[in-house]
Amino acid sequence: MPSSADTEVVLTVNGARVRLVTDPTRPLLSVLREELGLVGSRFGCGLEQCGACMVLIDGEPEFSCAREVATLAGREVVTIEGLGGLAGPGGGLHPLQQALLDEQAGQCGYCLSGLMISGAALLSRNPRPSRQEILAALDRHLCRCGVHNRVVRAVQRAGAAMAGAGTPA
Amino acid sequence: MIPNALPQSLVDNPLLSDWVGFEQGGRVRVSTGKVEIGQGILTALVQIAAEELEVAPGRIRTVSGETSAGPNEGVTAGSTSVAMSGAAIRLACAEVRALFLARGAERLGVPAEALSIADGRFQRDGRETDHDYWSLAREVDLARPATGNAPTRPATQYRVVGQSLPRIDLPAKIEGRGFIHDMLPPGVLHARVLHRPWRDARLVALDEAAVRRAAGGAIDILREGDFVAVTAEQEFVAFRAAQAMREKAAWDGGTPIPPDANDPAWLEAQPARTRVVDTGTPPQTSGGTVVEATYWRPFQTYGSIGPSCALACLEHDPEKWGPVFGKDHAQNNGLERDDDSRKRHPAPADGQLTVWSHTQNPYALRDQLARCLGLDAAGVTVLHRQAAGCYGHNTADDAAFDAAFLATRTPGRTVRVLFTREDEFLAAPLGPAMLVKMRAVLGADRRPVDWTIDLSSPVHSNRPGVHGHHGFRSREALPNPPPQPAERNDRPDAVGGGASRNAQALYDLPFHRMIHRTVDPVPLRTSSLRGLGAFANIFAIESFMDELADTAGEDAVAYRLSLLSDPRGRAVIEAAAEMCGWPGTAPPGEGRGLGIGFARYKNRAAYMAVAAEVEVDEEVRLLRVWGAADCGLTITPDGALNQLEGGIVQAASWTLCEELRFADGRVATATWEDYPILRFTKIPEISLRLIGDPRDPPLGVGEASMGPTAAAIGNAVARALGTRIRNLPLSRERIMAALLA
Repeated sequence: MPSSADTEVVLTVNGARVRLVTDPTRPLLSVLREELGLVGSRFGCGLEQCGACMVLIDGEPEFSCAREVATLAGREVVTIEGLGGLAGPGGGLHPLQQALLDEQAGQCGYCLSGLMISGAALLSRNPRPSRQEILAALDRHLCRCGVHNRVVRAVQRAGAAMAGAGTPA
Repeated sequence: MIPNALPQSLVDNPLLSDWVGFEQGGRVRVSTGKVEIGQGILTALVQIAAEELEVAPGRIRTVSGETSAGPNEGVTAGSTSVAMSGAAIRLACAEVRALFLARGAERLGVPAEALSIADGRFQRDGRETDHDYWSLAREVDLARPATGNAPTRPATQYRVVGQSLPRIDLPAKIEGRGFIHDMLPPGVLHARVLHRPWRDARLVALDEAAVRRAAGGAIDILREGDFVAVTAEQEFVAFRAAQAMREKAAWDGGTPIPPDANDPAWLEAQPARTRVVDTGTPPQTSGGTVVEATYWRPFQTYGSIGPSCALACLEHDPEKWGPVFGKDHAQNNGLERDDDSRKRHPAPADGQLTVWSHTQNPYALRDQLARCLGLDAAGVTVLHRQAAGCYGHNTADDAAFDAAFLATRTPGRTVRVLFTREDEFLAAPLGPAMLVKMRAVLGADRRPVDWTIDLSSPVHSNRPGVHGHHGFRSREALPNPPPQPAERNDRPDAVGGGASRNAQALYDLPFHRMIHRTVDPVPLRTSSLRGLGAFANIFAIESFMDELADTAGEDAVAYRLSLLSDPRGRAVIEAAAEMCGWPGTAPPGEGRGLGIGFARYKNRAAYMAVAAEVEVDEEVRLLRVWGAADCGLTITPDGALNQLEGGIVQAASWTLCEELRFADGRVATATWEDYPILRFTKIPEISLRLIGDPRDPPLGVGEASMGPTAAAIGNAVARALGTRIRNLPLSRERIMAALLA
């Protein structure tokens, strides 16, 4: 139920224009999960410390768990559900999603949504990152099962696939 | 050969239909009591079923951890699922296959031996018949007890088992689906519980007005005894209210946690019950070189990335049952079932209270929920749904109780509880600290003639139902809590033990004494953390082996091999040594070093040797890790490697980084900033090798790499520093202290 403090926010989420009337201080993650049904971005800590909630905001990986939605007016948000759309028309999986499957880079999988966001952002800048560059790009993310090295290999594999396929970087 | 004796899971759940069924659309239902907790168990079980039934793995639908439908296989823990559930599924599927083949042969008028199966279709001499599992399903009654007598497929003919089938749950997860956290049914009521900071704490004040202001939306606050919960239609409102409650609550009384509880001296000063277990022949003569060392593993936590979540709904028909829940009930405090409770709580029809949980033990959870809520167990259904990784007893059961309890206060509504990150530290079961004192007397040949391991630790299990106790944190905060158990003890050694797990070194020791001190009571809820006592015991034993080798003036690997006749143990040590280029070229004490550690998990699961290379200045940099494992027949080699590697990373984190802090009577660790774990830039490159013989039975791998990893790192650090740090974690502070000493 809207309250008097609610404001209108218009932003783009996964390519679609979204108009919300909500508490302007509400976290973006809450809007994604509860209002838009985009539950792939995960709540881990609510404190911007673990990276499970990471989304792309204007192409940059950012925490969404404490990010006030009003700060996103006119901005472009991409979640894990929209990642495939970045790689080209027709949807499907982003090459990094496919590479994670190919490398079996998961155990519980809870951290993967966020990791794929940061990995995809890295690959869009640098499709041939070194191990050190990948580790640095993913260092804001916590993974407790210990699939780090598999994720690194998946990022490298996805980069090679994207370069080979001539996907726009 | 894999023995054909009836495994316990089949004794407990004897009907073939408990395990297997044929469904429309060419699907096969395979049920298991074991649950997916991030370890990949469902994939391995699908492979076993596909192998024995001779169907494509993709046809199989797993039903896992549902008390309404599945077998009861107890807790998913201890690296036992492939051995337990896998054995049951293997035999059940083999028997189902044989029954169907017999029926098909009867229909075709041929001997069963003339038939073969291709992806569920029955063939005669390689040609299709009109029969398959699905066409014959009505003619074969699977509601019959398993005999265990049907032949299983020989390992040499395995086509699916032993192949790396991709994880069946991963496709959904890489698309952002598949977690209990994603269940947001329409009209769901979001709840957060304020957990008490210490045992028996009394809530003396809560500024509810301030909580409502901070929430910024409509909330309900429910207080009963010292239990407090907030509910809201919108999750972010409940979140804000929970944050505010934490700040606005004042607590008193009870048993605050002492600030020095994570100090070895504190643990040693607590009351303990002691038992002594001797093996072998005591030395006849005194004398020899005495070597002693004491090792410490602090209180640590599992630190799952996803906070625990549960949903519950009490389907309630007031016309049928009358207003049995609500204020009246609360005033009666009728939480325990008694004679009158049947009147207040008519036994609900099947499935009246439904609880969705990522518990490790759905049946135990069901029984304890029923007991605590005064319901009939038959009226409670627990459905396992997946969550973030589980590395021991976590808050899943607590969240389930919270949701179930709140559901009884809001009949007809689905309540969703999520733990806060802060309570994932503050209110979670703690991985018990352990103090391990090693003593050996070396004879003339510099081999131990006398060996003592003296370990002190609180209990390693407080799961629901253990010690006859419900085990739910919130139940203790509600009125009239059942009494605490008079005594808490670990499970017996014969079923895996607790603190004593892996206390018995696998080496050839003429005399072995274990002194096990169960530190009890303690004002902390300690429980199972991945590997239980194995982690600290293996760290201690394998560090001590290096110290003995140093005393003897011998190479650490050669010294181990001279004391180890078990050929499988020798093989993994030799493999790891070869992989890492043992002993390396770095001179000791100059900042770089290799170390090795070995164990057979539980002395009956997988064998594992790990080697680590470190560089140490002010802190430890883990450069490379190598490992060799023998887990016998590997169902899913890639899954086994994934588990072993994950265990190495987690153990490295425990070894290098992790330690809980206590202050103000509570766990003062509240966020990831307070509890750093190993991050991407600190992750070593890891090389692993599986060297087991597929003719040997499968051995659990989930926890096999952790103790050896801690020991390998500890030994490498000792070599690099030229001095040994025996207290974990090997943090910057401890390195600096050692350098300055």
